[in-house]
Amino acid sequence: MSQFLQQMINGLSIGSVYALMAVGYSLVYSIMNFSNFAHGGVIMFGAYFGFFGMTMLKLPFIAAFALAFIGTAVLAVVIERIAYKPLRERSAPFLYFIISAMGASIFLENIIIATIGPTFRTYPEVWSRSSIAIGPLAIGRLDLIMFGVSAVSLTALVLFIDKTKMGKAIQASAYNMKAAALMGVNTDRVVMIVFALGGLLAGIAGVFFGMKYTVYPQIGNITTKSFVAAVFGGLGSLPGAVLGSVLLGIIETLVAGYLSSQFRDLIAFVILIGVLVFRPTGIMGKATEDKA
Amino acid sequence: MDAYLEGIIMLSGINLIAVLGLSLLTGFAGLFSFGHAGFMAIGAYSAAIVTTIFKLPFSLGLAASAIVAAGVSWLIGRATLKLKGDYFCIATLGFGEAIRLILDNFQGLGGARGWPGIPPHTALWNILLLDVIGVVLLAHLVRSRHGRNMIAVREEELAAQVAGIDTFRYKMMALVISAAYAGVAGALLGHYMTFIQPKMFSMVKSTELTIIVIFGGLGSISGSVLGAVVLTFLPELLRAVDKWRLVVYGLAVIGIMIGRPRGLMGGFELTPSSVKRWIADRKDAKTAKADRMAEDAGNGKDVR
Repeated sequence: MSQFLQQMINGLSIGSVYALMAVGYSLVYSIMNFSNFAHGGVIMFGAYFGFFGMTMLKLPFIAAFALAFIGTAVLAVVIERIAYKPLRERSAPFLYFIISAMGASIFLENIIIATIGPTFRTYPEVWSRSSIAIGPLAIGRLDLIMFGVSAVSLTALVLFIDKTKMGKAIQASAYNMKAAALMGVNTDRVVMIVFALGGLLAGIAGVFFGMKYTVYPQIGNITTKSFVAAVFGGLGSLPGAVLGSVLLGIIETLVAGYLSSQFRDLIAFVILIGVLVFRPTGIMGKATEDKA
Repeated sequence: MDAYLEGIIMLSGINLIAVLGLSLLTGFAGLFSFGHAGFMAIGAYSAAIVTTIFKLPFSLGLAASAIVAAGVSWLIGRATLKLKGDYFCIATLGFGEAIRLILDNFQGLGGARGWPGIPPHTALWNILLLDVIGVVLLAHLVRSRHGRNMIAVREEELAAQVAGIDTFRYKMMALVISAAYAGVAGALLGHYMTFIQPKMFSMVKSTELTIIVIFGGLGSISGSVLGAVVLTFLPELLRAVDKWRLVVYGLAVIGIMIGRPRGLMGGFELTPSSVKRWIADRKDAKTAKADRMAEDAGNGKDVR
């Protein structure tokens, strides 16, 4: 029983980082109806920003952390301006957006390989690696902080979307972009804010991910799993993205713990296929109808 | 011939087969796939089983690769072709990755370490032969009633359905044929490298194939041929700046999407008759110009 609880804790902690990443996919999907594959690259940049902030600039952790999430927010907006805005103005089909995103993702990954190199880098230790014991359970300090920060940032995001005027504009644009524009919403700015928010969370996720594991250019392969989580929860739905991420994190650790760690990656894609076949809108996604 | 040059020609020939299949699916039926490397993997492994374990001839291996890949794609299609746009893309991504991860974990076929010792049956002549067969078959298919129906599905699925086209059937047809092409390409690749590893068939490979099709131009077979040749040679020419090659590649993809989304040859076909027509047009233009000049001269105007 205690082993099961331990696995649940580990699953929750990794699930909370997935959630930070998955929300970025879902936010963009809710507004623009395409899967922003460049998001993985932005997360990777977040991990690097934080890493170099701490090692090269010798910043304290908090400052490096801030540098990372501000940096990724700017980066996400720049990518939107260069790679998606021209398509948006032409109202190109969604496939062009996906391909453009793929191009951006290839670019981001390889610019790092070309300039910094493909080596794995380990974050300097911020919190001691020893874990806190609660009865028979052990909780890593990093895991606890990761979970806490994720919960706070996600709550802040929900409050922003629910309570502020900009948040209402985002909701309206997600419902119907054209109608929102006719009602006087500056949709161009909404898109910008959405990418900035996604980038912000990507930076936070990137730093924590780098701290828990290592930093390397192909981090994007792991972010693919957070995308799976977003689909699992229902693309375009924020609560869905969080729920899907937490469930995916728990399922993954349970599979790794009780079956075999080799099936860890496979289970994510099995879930993806299962969801798409039986319930494409995910757990909480909105059903979209085909508009002729 | 220079062995290095021959190697690149062979690789572009192999890529071309996979690209031709994807060109049918994406360019003509309008479905995007991020999992075609998975079908290549299936083809590579099934052909390797036939030639290495059962010691049967390569032609049977190629046939097996096409049949198994097509069969798997049929099952996948049954489950996912009802999905709309984005979700179909994601489903193919999921299947492609799942196929790779299953092979990674299946120790009987070498697992993640790969499978060496596959006989080197792939040669320049059989690649080129299959390229020619592939192009001819595809050209006939897209000009047939079935091909036109696929284009109708691509252009406007709802309208095609209303016009009485069984859209599911034509999407399935495009998927199965494209998977068979990818399977053959995988088999050729395996017997060229004499070594296969699941890692060779990752999502990056699938993306690369899709990029070639888009670069060449959607809905153009000659564009796909051109794209496969250019984009296999280009990285080799850029070897000197190897590290920056994929950086440029990524930027180029964005550039194409923004600047020329139709690709190099979008919607335009380079065929013997189109070349003839182009030459005839040029000739007509020339004679017309000469006539006009003669006429102008006759009227006593300035001739510049």
